[in-house]
Amino acid sequence: MQVGKPVLYSYFRSSCSWRVRIALAWKGIDYETVPVNLIKEGGHQLAIIEYLEETRPTPRLLPQDPKKRVLVRMISDLIASGIQPLQNLSVLKQVGQENQLAWAQKVISSGFNALEQILQSTVGKYCVGDEVSMADLCLVPQVANAERYKVDLTPYPTINRINKSLLALEAFQVSHPCRQPDTPPELRA
Amino acid sequence: MTEPGKPVLYSYFRSSCSWRVRIALAWKGIDYETVPVNLIKEGGHQFSEEFQALNPMKQVPALKIDGITISQSLAIIEYLEETRPTPRLLPQDPKKRVLVRMISDLIASGIQPLQNLSVLKQVGQENQLAWAQKVISSGFNALEQILQSTVGKYCVGDEVSMADLCLVPQVANAERYKVDLTPYPTINRINKSLLALEAFQVSHPCRQPDTPPELRA
Repeated sequence: MQVGKPVLYSYFRSSCSWRVRIALAWKGIDYETVPVNLIKEGGHQLAIIEYLEETRPTPRLLPQDPKKRVLVRMISDLIASGIQPLQNLSVLKQVGQENQLAWAQKVISSGFNALEQILQSTVGKYCVGDEVSMADLCLVPQVANAERYKVDLTPYPTINRINKSLLALEAFQVSHPCRQPDTPPELRA
Repeated sequence: MTEPGKPVLYSYFRSSCSWRVRIALAWKGIDYETVPVNLIKEGGHQFSEEFQALNPMKQVPALKIDGITISQSLAIIEYLEETRPTPRLLPQDPKKRVLVRMISDLIASGIQPLQNLSVLKQVGQENQLAWAQKVISSGFNALEQILQSTVGKYCVGDEVSMADLCLVPQVANAERYKVDLTPYPTINRINKSLLALEAFQVSHPCRQPDTPPELRA
């Protein structure tokens, strides 16, 4: 490991790790990956992204206007507190194998119903206006989770549209689960 | 009836997320109106069409302020911090700010959502207590460890921060679900210190407009 280079402990498939990988790619921050299998997910990733924003301010991930910043954080929190933790690995283990799919689908649909509504008043090219923000970093991995649990995205056209636009951007591609050091061969892009 | 210009907080006396925002408003000396939202009565007022329009997640708190309506307690608190910077709730040093946010996220994403009303409803009444206890103990185990390297008088150093606003309501939840706090002496000590402060007292669930008489302080 190179001294001084940031080190990211990441699991290729973790939506939380993916958010941070996008941020690092977005800001052009070179880093080492230490693959971790099944990390305990506790939701530190937004704190990390805010730290990167404060210490490496450009390219931006939060707008300057407080009234837009709150929308970015609101959407990020909706996903990072209101959806993802409820369908993470340890919770799914506890609900039991036969209930997992239905539970995950319910949690994600419920959250996406709310998010689709909220986006109507915030959306531009991306979640909040026309600039990529922390909210978009939360959205894409959550849509990937939705697809993994076979949630039908037809009721969420705005989420769907934004997701497609974001996946075309380089930071979202290089950080993709299918391109990580620990991606298993059968899932590699 | 709400006064034009005064912020309006949609809150449930017992909601830990609402309590975080109430502490922040009290800490910063921001005067506001409360519109109580009863999460239990008549199936829960959070499911009304009226409230859903305010917050599509159908959760409290929601805050009407400066011409906007916002939800998600930490997003609200960060907005208050940016627009009413003093008294502070986040340190100036980014390396301390990240610790405050990390602890806040641990509680607000890693513990509370897993034991909120709607999740408990889904796990079923006979499993609720065990589930809540497991979730909280698990989170507090991690938090107690993390605090060893951040703690001073409060969660992060000697200044009250957003992390403390998350801690106190979560400890109240722990007590409500009969989680033994003996394994968490640091959490316990910080909680006691914070409860002595005025902002944590005026905002307490036992002193809200919608606190039932039998629970009133």
